[in-house]
Amino acid sequence: MKNHTVFPHSMKTYEEINKKIEARKAVVLTADEIIDYVEKKGLDAAAKEVDVVTTATFGPMCSSGCFINFGHSKPKIRMSEAWIEDVLVYTGIAAVDAYLGATQLRHNDPANMYYPGDFTYGGGHVIEELVAGKKLQLFALSYGTDEYPLRELRTYFTINDLNQVIMVNPRNCYQNYNVAINCSERPIYTYLGYLKPGMKNLTYCSAGQLSPLLNDPFYETIGIGTKVWLAGAQGHVYGEGTQHCPNVERGENGVPMEGGGTLALTANMKEMIPGYVRGVSLKGYGISLALGIGIPIPVLNPDILKRTTVWDRDIYAPVIDYSLDYPQRNSHIVCRMSYEELKKNEVIINNKVVEVSSLSSYSKALEIAEIVKDDIKKGDFLLSKPIKRLPVEQGINSLVVRKKN
Amino acid sequence: MATKKICLFLPKSEMEKPVIYHLVKDYDLVINIFRAKITAEEEGYLVIDVNGTEENIEKAMEYMRDSNVILNETNRGLQRDPDKCVHCGNCLSHCPTKALHIEDQRTRKIEFKEDLCIECLACVRNCPFGACYSIF
Ligand code: SF4
Ligand code: SF4
Repeated sequence: MKNHTVFPHSMKTYEEINKKIEARKAVVLTADEIIDYVEKKGLDAAAKEVDVVTTATFGPMCSSGCFINFGHSKPKIRMSEAWIEDVLVYTGIAAVDAYLGATQLRHNDPANMYYPGDFTYGGGHVIEELVAGKKLQLFALSYGTDEYPLRELRTYFTINDLNQVIMVNPRNCYQNYNVAINCSERPIYTYLGYLKPGMKNLTYCSAGQLSPLLNDPFYETIGIGTKVWLAGAQGHVYGEGTQHCPNVERGENGVPMEGGGTLALTANMKEMIPGYVRGVSLKGYGISLALGIGIPIPVLNPDILKRTTVWDRDIYAPVIDYSLDYPQRNSHIVCRMSYEELKKNEVIINNKVVEVSSLSSYSKALEIAEIVKDDIKKGDFLLSKPIKRLPVEQGINSLVVRKKN
Repeated sequence: MATKKICLFLPKSEMEKPVIYHLVKDYDLVINIFRAKITAEEEGYLVIDVNGTEENIEKAMEYMRDSNVILNETNRGLQRDPDKCVHCGNCLSHCPTKALHIEDQRTRKIEFKEDLCIECLACVRNCPFGACYSIF
């Protein structure tokens, strides 16, 4: 890929764009609308005219969760173990701080003991219910200390009772993603849904042409410090996401043809909107959390604009056998498919008709891109210049299982 | 001739009555059963297609209303909660009749065409958001 290490030259600056937003004069289009617009107006004219392109995505993002501060009880407790609605939270931090993870199962969930497990409730659902303002049960245990004598506590609370609830997601917004298929003769249950034997169906999971990092493939505007719309709250990118791997195969347009980059995001959960934070139950796999995310891209120059006009036809994803190659980390792929093909009801692979499912909601992503567009137009959402670029050259390590000696 | 999908609830008091027999015998209806269930409380649920003249279907409905059979207004046992559906499309490859499908390719909203639903419940098993459910 292009070895940019500095930010791109600009025709417009963040300051200029923000001034226009404040004056409610910014020209904003969604990544869906911009394709036809640039086609009609021409790139250079459109680059002068348009200030911001909004991108968005909605789908399950397992590496999500939130830090919570409960406040102190009387007498005080130093929680050593705690559960919200019977879902374990991590308490290996300060006395009444905890981290609630999206994929945590509920206590006593039989998981896959009676395969495939149903996983009807877990961390993702607790997060959904917190944002929805539901009253939840907290149960905490402690070994007791001189200054924190309480050893057991049960109470009920809503999000309004908490001091802080900060969503901190180590990996969201995968630039691109695998398409899962099952080449074996037995049914399999995966985080991309139920896959019928003999390649009868497949599942993809990306907003394609609307997806944030597919519209900014070289991380020229989306970097550390970029303001984002995270489920309705104005949050920001706090770092590269885990497994961020820009060194992947890319198309001529620079767009990754597999995973690629990722973002670590944070925002105040008290400001989130219920419908965009949803618990996910995946039969035979477990629990996750689906999030709605919107990221505005400032049109600093015509190159940046050009990259936002990418459409489904030119974005490819690898179709991978989740019965063998994915679990065994083999590099084999069945084929590559464009999102334009995937958005048909069925596709043909090896002369076989394969039905298509998706776990990412394009309809919700479109809704979010429109909301962020309107917020910017109304002057309610200013852009922020990243303080640091995401790594543009970086691979990914695998875990080596080695002997001690 | 017309076809109508109906969803019946038979309270305990009606369980002994041969309702389907009457629909066939008295109203000359052709019945296609999608799904039936008797609960532990000895109550029955039944989702059927009735085929016959419109007049006879109407009369049969009246007969059922006159007894204590409860006709579910939605006429189906499978429901999709519009507030819970996020339009992800995971159900698409699992719905055998395309009752769940996309009409507008631009918005990609998942539409539900009730008439096509055969109550197989594949969507219930495959909806990650708990949007599809059976009333029994
Ligand atoms: S799988 Fe469930 S949430 Fe997704 S489109 Fe189908 S009904 Fe809606
Ligand atoms: S019950 Fe079966 S036929 Fe009806 S909508 Fe669900 S998957 Fe389709």
